[in-house]
Amino acid sequence: MSAVVPLLDFLGDYTLRTVALGAAALGTVSGALGSYAVLRKRSLLGDAISHAALPGIALAFLLTGSKATLVLLAGAAAAGWLGTLLVMRIVGTTRVKEDSALGIVLSVFFGLGLVLLTHIQKLPDASQAGLDRFLFGQAATLLHRDVVMIAGLGAVALLVAMLFWKEFKLLSFDPDFGASLGFPMRAVDVVLTSVLVLSIVIGLQTVGVVLMSAMVVAPAAAARQWTDRMGGMVALAGAFGALAGVSGSVLSSLTARLPTGPTIVLCLTAVVLVSLALAPNRGLVWEWVRDQRSRRALQTDAVLSDLRALARQHDSLDHGHSIKVLEAMRFGRGGARSTLETLAERGWARRTGADEWSITPAGLAEAERRAPGKDEEERP
Amino acid sequence: MSEEQQAPAIEVNDLTVAYREKPVLWDVDMEVPAGVIMAIVGPNGAGKSTLIKAMLGLVRAAAGQVLIHGRPYDQQRQLVAYVPQRGSVDWDFPTSVLDVVMMGCYGALGWLRRPGKKERAAALAALEQVGMQDFAERQISQLSGGQQQRVFLARALVQSARLYLMDEPFQGVDAKTERAIVEVLRRLRAEGKTVVCVHHDLETVPEYFDWVFLLNVRRIAAGRVGEVFTEENLRLTYGGRVPLLQRGGGGAVVGAGR
Repeated sequence: MSAVVPLLDFLGDYTLRTVALGAAALGTVSGALGSYAVLRKRSLLGDAISHAALPGIALAFLLTGSKATLVLLAGAAAAGWLGTLLVMRIVGTTRVKEDSALGIVLSVFFGLGLVLLTHIQKLPDASQAGLDRFLFGQAATLLHRDVVMIAGLGAVALLVAMLFWKEFKLLSFDPDFGASLGFPMRAVDVVLTSVLVLSIVIGLQTVGVVLMSAMVVAPAAAARQWTDRMGGMVALAGAFGALAGVSGSVLSSLTARLPTGPTIVLCLTAVVLVSLALAPNRGLVWEWVRDQRSRRALQTDAVLSDLRALARQHDSLDHGHSIKVLEAMRFGRGGARSTLETLAERGWARRTGADEWSITPAGLAEAERRAPGKDEEERP
Repeated sequence: MSEEQQAPAIEVNDLTVAYREKPVLWDVDMEVPAGVIMAIVGPNGAGKSTLIKAMLGLVRAAAGQVLIHGRPYDQQRQLVAYVPQRGSVDWDFPTSVLDVVMMGCYGALGWLRRPGKKERAAALAALEQVGMQDFAERQISQLSGGQQQRVFLARALVQSARLYLMDEPFQGVDAKTERAIVEVLRRLRAEGKTVVCVHHDLETVPEYFDWVFLLNVRRIAAGRVGEVFTEENLRLTYGGRVPLLQRGGGGAVVGAGR
């Protein structure tokens, strides 16, 4: 088998279609629900839940001897929930802070999971149990019935999020106010955490426990860049998750033995980088442009007021002043020339000699408009 | 004022709250007549916010009882509106001003139901009361501190409650917002409603409030501003260091409120 299937065959390929559908479903769900984790500043909770799920998968196999996805995922969900519960207990009853509690639970559960996995691999009759696919994910192992299950459970999670839209919003924005309205915020928290666990568990087979948290955090972080509304953020995060899920898992199943989790995360990284750089308003490029613009505006202001001060001092609009003088008036400010040219374009300054400039009557009026009466305090 | 004819807006008996072993509120009694604007005043760590939160059931009380208009809070929840401290939420949250104000309707809506036209109209009306109607569609991160505070106030107004509990509504706001808030408080009082504010600025107490509750873990004094807001009571509350009012001279610090 060649490593790359021709693209034309893509739509007809049953395995690929299965993988793409499954990845789209899990990406949508984890991206959308991950928005809440990000908005509540609990991004790391997803990491703890997914790592905590590993011993659950192993124990489910050891106890039942079954490799059915539903059984394994039930174990994963139970362990993920237990991990979350432990984090809350630790924070509530000891002086350990939340980040440390998350770290403790994550590593202890994950370690336990690894020990159990090693043990399972040594069992005589379970050598090809294939549980290690849950570490980094293997999209190619997705079967049609797995996809149906992912889509079904994911739909339940999304439906719950839609039903409790305003309750989840209260919990994320202002839980104390929500409680004062009479909503049992702790119960709302339990529901939200449950659907978050669900959304993480359905992705484990494809993405793996190690990198599943990226599916929770990254789409939401990218989506926040593009929108200022919660509805938009949740929808966009779902779309980003689906996009990265599909591209990552298709790429990995086209290439032999390429684990899916890391491939998906690389695709997600691209989405995040583009969002961080290019998104309007919040994007870095945008910010840089705004910065430059305001710097130029400030500089225009400053040079104009310096020119006015010089004109007052010499009591003449015809007297030219060299650029060196203007640059010396506020030390550290280069680029007076381009600012002067801008001023000249607007008719506020004019060139009187090779390197000499002076303010025009219109420029004087403009300077007065910008800083009325400020010329008396102007430095010479 | 007609407060004598009604059940008190708030009646707190023997309220004690402790974090770990440390008492934050100790055996506090409080009675707030209906139709007044009351300030809760005291030094940092005196338990002012905790007192409000304990009334709302947000903080578990070790002992004590809270009655709102004569009955336990659980039965009177819809009569109470809460304005939390502005700094308690993330103002970079992706939502609009109108959306935040509509949260005030969530309690009346109950589970699952979404706000509609009616709630939208109520929210816009509340925004108008605080002079923020032009900001309805703004993203909340674009607001100044004072505007944030007015949005929170509007959210409480939407609840059309009888009792308003506010945690430092005047904290760090501009003069315009301060005037707007005072105006709203007076309008509420004129409608027979009761307002209780945690308040820091001692100088404005006589101007803005007609009742005052002096608190430092225990209740120090409570009553009409003109009778209770004295230098001696303040010294008892702040432990000898009253930062602002010393220059006023001896005797009662202020005349009778209004």
